[in-house]
Amino acid sequence: MAPAPSSTSSAVVLNINGEKHQLTVDHRTTLLDALRERLDLTGTKKGCDQGQCGACTVLVDGRRAVSCLNLAVAAEGREITTIEGMAEGDRLHPVQQAFLDLDGYQCGYCTPGQICSAIAVIEEHAAGWPSAATEDVRPEAGPPPLTPEEIRERMSGNLCRCGAYVSIVQAVARAAGADEAAVGEDDANQGETAKETAA
Amino acid sequence: MREFGYERADDVSGAVALLAADPDARFLGGGTNLVDLMKTGVERPARLVDVRELPLDGIEPTADGGLRIGATVTNSDLAAHPAVRRSYPALTQAVLAGASGQLRNMATVGGNLLQRTRCGYFTDVSKPCNKRVPGSGCPAITGEHHNHAILGASGHCVAVHPSDMGVALAAFDAVVTYETADGPGESPLTDFYLPVGDTPDRETALPPGALITGITLPPAPVAARSRYRKVRERASYAFAIGSAAAALDVEDGVVRDARLAFGAVASRPWRARAAEEVLIGRPADGETFAAAADAELGAARPLPDNGYKVTLMRNLVVAVLTELAEEAAR
Amino acid sequence: MTTATTGPTTVKGAVGTAHTRVEGRDKVTGAARYAGEIPFADLAHGWLVLSTVARGRIRSIDTDPVLGMPGVLAVLHHGNAPRVDTDYVGMLGIPPDPTAAVFQNDRVPHAGWPVALVVAGTPEQAREAAEALVVTYDTEPHDITLSADHPDAYPADGHMPAETEKGDLAAGLAASAVVVDEEYTTPEEHHSMMEPHAATALWDGGRLEVVDSNQGTTWIQGELVKMFSLDESSVRVRSEHVGGGFGSKGLRAHQVSAVMAATVLHRPVRVVMTRRQMFSLAGYRSPTTQRVRLGAGADGRLRALEHRSLNQTSTVYEFVEPGAGVARVMYDADAHRTANHVVRLDVPSPTFMRAPGEAPGSFAIESAFDELAERCGVDPIDLRLRNEPEAGPVSGLPFSGRNLAACFNEGARRFGWADRDPRPGVRRDGRWLLGTGTAAASFQAGAGPSTALVTAEADGTFTVRIAAADIGTGARTALTLVAADALDVTPEQVRVRIGDSDFGPAMIAGGSMGTRSWAWAITEAARELRERLALGTSIPPEGITVRSDTTAALGALAQKERHSFGAQFAEVAVDTATGEVRVRRMLGIFAAGRIVNPLTARNQLVGGMVWGISMALHEEAVRDRASGGLYGPDLAGYHVATHADVPDVEADWVDDPDPDDPVGIKGVGEIGIVGAAAAVANAVWHATGVRHRSLPIRPDRVLSATVPAVGGGTDA
Repeated sequence: MAPAPSSTSSAVVLNINGEKHQLTVDHRTTLLDALRERLDLTGTKKGCDQGQCGACTVLVDGRRAVSCLNLAVAAEGREITTIEGMAEGDRLHPVQQAFLDLDGYQCGYCTPGQICSAIAVIEEHAAGWPSAATEDVRPEAGPPPLTPEEIRERMSGNLCRCGAYVSIVQAVARAAGADEAAVGEDDANQGETAKETAA
Repeated sequence: MREFGYERADDVSGAVALLAADPDARFLGGGTNLVDLMKTGVERPARLVDVRELPLDGIEPTADGGLRIGATVTNSDLAAHPAVRRSYPALTQAVLAGASGQLRNMATVGGNLLQRTRCGYFTDVSKPCNKRVPGSGCPAITGEHHNHAILGASGHCVAVHPSDMGVALAAFDAVVTYETADGPGESPLTDFYLPVGDTPDRETALPPGALITGITLPPAPVAARSRYRKVRERASYAFAIGSAAAALDVEDGVVRDARLAFGAVASRPWRARAAEEVLIGRPADGETFAAAADAELGAARPLPDNGYKVTLMRNLVVAVLTELAEEAAR
Repeated sequence: MTTATTGPTTVKGAVGTAHTRVEGRDKVTGAARYAGEIPFADLAHGWLVLSTVARGRIRSIDTDPVLGMPGVLAVLHHGNAPRVDTDYVGMLGIPPDPTAAVFQNDRVPHAGWPVALVVAGTPEQAREAAEALVVTYDTEPHDITLSADHPDAYPADGHMPAETEKGDLAAGLAASAVVVDEEYTTPEEHHSMMEPHAATALWDGGRLEVVDSNQGTTWIQGELVKMFSLDESSVRVRSEHVGGGFGSKGLRAHQVSAVMAATVLHRPVRVVMTRRQMFSLAGYRSPTTQRVRLGAGADGRLRALEHRSLNQTSTVYEFVEPGAGVARVMYDADAHRTANHVVRLDVPSPTFMRAPGEAPGSFAIESAFDELAERCGVDPIDLRLRNEPEAGPVSGLPFSGRNLAACFNEGARRFGWADRDPRPGVRRDGRWLLGTGTAAASFQAGAGPSTALVTAEADGTFTVRIAAADIGTGARTALTLVAADALDVTPEQVRVRIGDSDFGPAMIAGGSMGTRSWAWAITEAARELRERLALGTSIPPEGITVRSDTTAALGALAQKERHSFGAQFAEVAVDTATGEVRVRRMLGIFAAGRIVNPLTARNQLVGGMVWGISMALHEEAVRDRASGGLYGPDLAGYHVATHADVPDVEADWVDDPDPDDPVGIKGVGEIGIVGAAAAVANAVWHATGVRHRSLPIRPDRVLSATVPAVGGGTDA
């Protein structure tokens, strides 16, 4: 199934989750398909294959990217981190744990992309990056607080058709340590304790 | 997607030479538009020359107080750069209004300038399109066109340019620099995009085989007070149906300098010079702003289903300029 | 602790307590494998080729050049594909949509009709070969335009009678002090679940194995058995994790073409739809054009009600989107007429999509009620409460429970409805005009026959096996809680296995009936198992297994009007200068039976409401008249709500156990979307004074609407 290197395929070494993988890729093979079809790393999902849904989000050199529009051959030399590389052994990444605890998903298909994206969002925010929700982008204004509105805008490249956005935002806020500060007591408590008594 | 060759360019001259050697070759930047178009069959290159590793990823001040932005700078790095945020905040806002965090991390400045229209006829190879297949017709004119052009279109094509970044760059007199086999060249962004005419397939003034190396932003004190507002059919992660980049310098209630450009209304980022002429020297009030908008939009030739864009742009211009004037008054 | 008997279960236990998803860890680590992700040795990849014309016949398919391309193994088309049977009725009591029975003849009934499958060694090879396949057509003129006065429209039953009528409508309207007579339209909407349809088929030891993404494994198994004339025991369908369904994941071209290719090639073949293909092959919600006439006294009490709904269907399959059905449950009047009509066009077959009928129908009638409230000067909630029927308006049957008033009362309290100024267009926050709106919701509560296997293992744990589907509903977790209570053990002692047709017939995940149907079967089996264990039987190494079948119990249920109800509230902000509409907050209070898992049920109800936001403001597939195909059929062209479109949406419920269900369940899958779009549209009216009767409420529609004087009203 793996063609020998030719004018339309190349032998590459892909660095994924700290592990080096040698393979020959058809140049048409996207990073997404290399992960899913060649390396059995199926945690990265194919939702649209066109950069329009975010389900295939991975980290490339620490930054979030859609793997469906990255060619595998062009990914050589970069550090790829997928959802399979986020937990440390049995210990979930805080973002994963928050998604699990606050039910930040339904069908789960967009979830790896949402989590990879959220991990990057928290880092981008920590680096002081503004977003389209930031009222004043000038550096003098300082970094914006990670409000629910900021989280929503920054996470908007990840569609969730089940509509689990509310609990996803709560999970991102909690993982960012922002749930107390920015989301507010009521919102933060809502998803967690639920109103079981009403049932 | 047809099979293709792939090479990584190490330096600018090498990249240009690789492309010159193969007329069916394309430069690959972030791939966010090209790879998608290859999947839909709109683009069928025989070879990709990957230019992402080229040393064109810097943002440096120029001697005269402007900025030099390399072609492989990602949209994210452009938007986050302190000098851009301080001196050209509308450029940061425009970039952040586009696409998603993932795509902005991948997309490059050079690629953004060359991205193709998202007209649904252009992106669907089963349908006619003069831009994709010259002479095949433009079904949008009698078909779906509620997000098509109202300015500068022709009977051959009514598609709009999708860039947000380009709108702010057009407002700030950006100059595109490029390298060809015969040496470097440059073009003001407002001339970089060709009029539609009867050749909608010819989109830019970039010579064949040329590689965009960067953008130069001249100093523009007016840009320090600037804004980009984008209207779209959902709150994020969608292309504009109308947008405006504006900068305003007001002294004693009178407009001293102004910049204005529109997005999603034409085949290119639309510099609104007629509006600027009306603004400068007039009182910074709603009447002036409306007159400025009307001066520009008088040339609008809407289609049956996109006449709302004239209203939208007029309102947007007044709203954004009013916000800037109020900010100036504070 | 819990006793598992039929009748309301009110004791404490796992049911009713928030529980994180039992498969949650797999989902957040990427370990959960969906249909296209199970590895197979020697796997081949199929790529569908769709027609580019909207109507006509295939003249030629030039397979030779494609068969010579690298890696290509086969090209299946109407000239060489195995013949299948479509003359049967499936598990849901309906015939198959011939769209799924691919490659049987040369007719092309719509753009995007499957005409061939190219199979190759790698997906890249299959894709390029599929793109290279030249198909020519003899084209015929097409008609793809739904219009209210289409001459070919006719009444059609679907899953309810096409028309109902009582009283004298004309007289009722004539005698009414206030009359609302308006037309409402909703566009073509697509399910757009995140996981594309995917199936792998292979023959293994004389048995057909299909790993698929679907809403019911025994449903798909049954369809394949009948379509391919196979023995029931020779087909197994598995579907462990499903990335959303919403009504679209039934029998479709991908499974059938994969089975054909695996049969021809004697090796495993996987067929995955591309996102663009899904817009033609995966079904959709038909656009509707609806007319509502309400006649009432000055106090708002209805004297006459008419609701007519028209939808499109394909020329090969009749699907009814019964928009007028909701009025048969919600509102009564002496003169009462409802009608669902369809028209056959040269378009793909529509199908069930989250709250079929109720979603578009509630937009129309709940908007019309808001208009009636406005014209009568009656509060919209009061208007609805004044028109609460005693019994089913059409059936005359008693309601098994109708807690709509409780929903409105609780919702109004929490939303702050009492402080609402009814005048439109008078509240402002900067550039935004603000408004609030409300709407009622209902959705049928039902159950389908199911079987379950419950095993007492020798180690003291229990295994439940049932061909249920968890398409994101949390069913696997809910059934774990139900089983734990029914077995009087902790959830940790119960392992629920689902998504395998070998577990026996079971209801699909659909119609808001899945969890109730499966829970019933599990409860029955668990009860019998406990009775056996109570005899002191020692458990052998293979365990003790009990099988249940709810067919008889369901057949014995008394005829009643069984529904969930709800009250939807929305606050919106509208910038009339740009046409932008933003939902600021939303609250839904539901009477939806006993809530098994508050954590996941709340999420699902909120998800339905998010669909309502999306339906109200964003979703619309646009058909190109010239080609008959869709314009921009992808997730950039077809807008679903993003994170940024969704504010704090809150869902909660009132106590409402179903008296005739062993667990008290009704179902929460669909009620969340019902009325949600109307609540948003009604809030847009309240913000601006402009009534939007066509969805979605796009910026251009807001801009093109006449801007009224403050406090006045106008139409969009």
